[in-house]
Amino acid sequence: MEITVTINGKAHTADVEPRTLLVQFIRESVGLTGTNIGCDTSSCGACSIHLDGEAVKSCTVLAVQADGHDVTTIEGMAAADGTLHPMQQAFMENHGLQCGYCTPGMVMAATSLLNENPNPTEEEVRIGLEGNLCRCTGYHNIVQSVLACAKG
Amino acid sequence: MIPAAFDYVRASSAEEAISLLGQYGDEAKLLAGGHSLIPLMKLRLAQPTVLVDIGRVSDLSYIRDAGDHVAIGALTRHMDVETSPMLLEHVPLLAHATSHVGDPQVRHRGTIGGSLAHADPASDLPATTLALGATYVVTGPNGTREVAASDFYQGYLTSVLAADELLTEIRVPKMNGAGWSFQKFNRRAQDWAIVGVAAWTRGSESGVGLVNMASVPVLASSVSSALASGSSIADAAALAADEADPQADLNASVEYRQHLARVLTRRALSEAAG
Repeated sequence: MEITVTINGKAHTADVEPRTLLVQFIRESVGLTGTNIGCDTSSCGACSIHLDGEAVKSCTVLAVQADGHDVTTIEGMAAADGTLHPMQQAFMENHGLQCGYCTPGMVMAATSLLNENPNPTEEEVRIGLEGNLCRCTGYHNIVQSVLACAKG
Repeated sequence: MIPAAFDYVRASSAEEAISLLGQYGDEAKLLAGGHSLIPLMKLRLAQPTVLVDIGRVSDLSYIRDAGDHVAIGALTRHMDVETSPMLLEHVPLLAHATSHVGDPQVRHRGTIGGSLAHADPASDLPATTLALGATYVVTGPNGTREVAASDFYQGYLTSVLAADELLTEIRVPKMNGAGWSFQKFNRRAQDWAIVGVAAWTRGSESGVGLVNMASVPVLASSVSSALASGSSIADAAALAADEADPQADLNASVEYRQHLARVLTRRALSEAAG
């Protein structure tokens, strides 16, 4: 089936099998490998992207479901001149990553969280990121990064 | 993990979805948000040969004041239920319980109708709508019928929905100021409940729904009867597992689930009584 998905502002058209997962489409058809596959069972959040501006787990969305919709991946967060998104900057300044595998998903989930709740408490950040696992257990600095970004 | 191959068709209306279901019969499954179905398909626990995508049927996504109840379109997403000012005012127990479903990413995709039709006794919303005395509107080739939540669930992942029927609306009675509580016991934040309790009380009236305490969501009628006849919360909560038939799994034994049901019911009723 032919689908067109706008990813980071650019339309991508491809012929896909209906069973193609959105994360596969992003990584293998479009070649954007910043979005990681972790658990592949919608638990860990490593594959989080924005679908029409909201964080979703792209391992549990079919590419055909995203046909005609807007996707933003981690590659679309920084400005064209390379200036990091404020959330990426906050993760960098607050040591919000260790091995980095969960980081793209964390950044996408955290920006979605702040879109819905611009001034969260620490507890609201922790609950808001419940769908993202960090196997380095670096949660403390991840939460601090999100709070720092919210404060601006 | 990639699901087994299937044919994919899109419905643009409820009528078209029902017609497609009639055409493909038992081979077809409805796809709404996909957050119950796609994981099962990846594990080959579900292997439909046709998926009928109803995710674009926009007229089934709504939350309306209908006088004594709130009418919720089956394709309303969890995130829209939990943040709905109307539900927060009139059915706060449902809005709050919905905020415990999965995680934010899941709630951006999953729908109330999809969750209820999936009929997983471990999910939060079947037991919650059961406690609230909700009615489900089911649409098929011969029109619509209303099914009480208490009549809808037949067994594990099994409901009264026929192969060519679609859950279209959920009607939830307004709570009219009733006290309420949702208790969910799990080991990790985003997990399914090991046991959950949705409860409301208003004077001598109450409703108590149990999550993951049988192959279907359970209405703890003994608790409500005891409360209605003047029992204390502690005495009534001691009856919480009477209607239940829990299974043991790697998280909990039967006895532990029964214990949790009593403890969580006591906590829920105490919180609901304020």
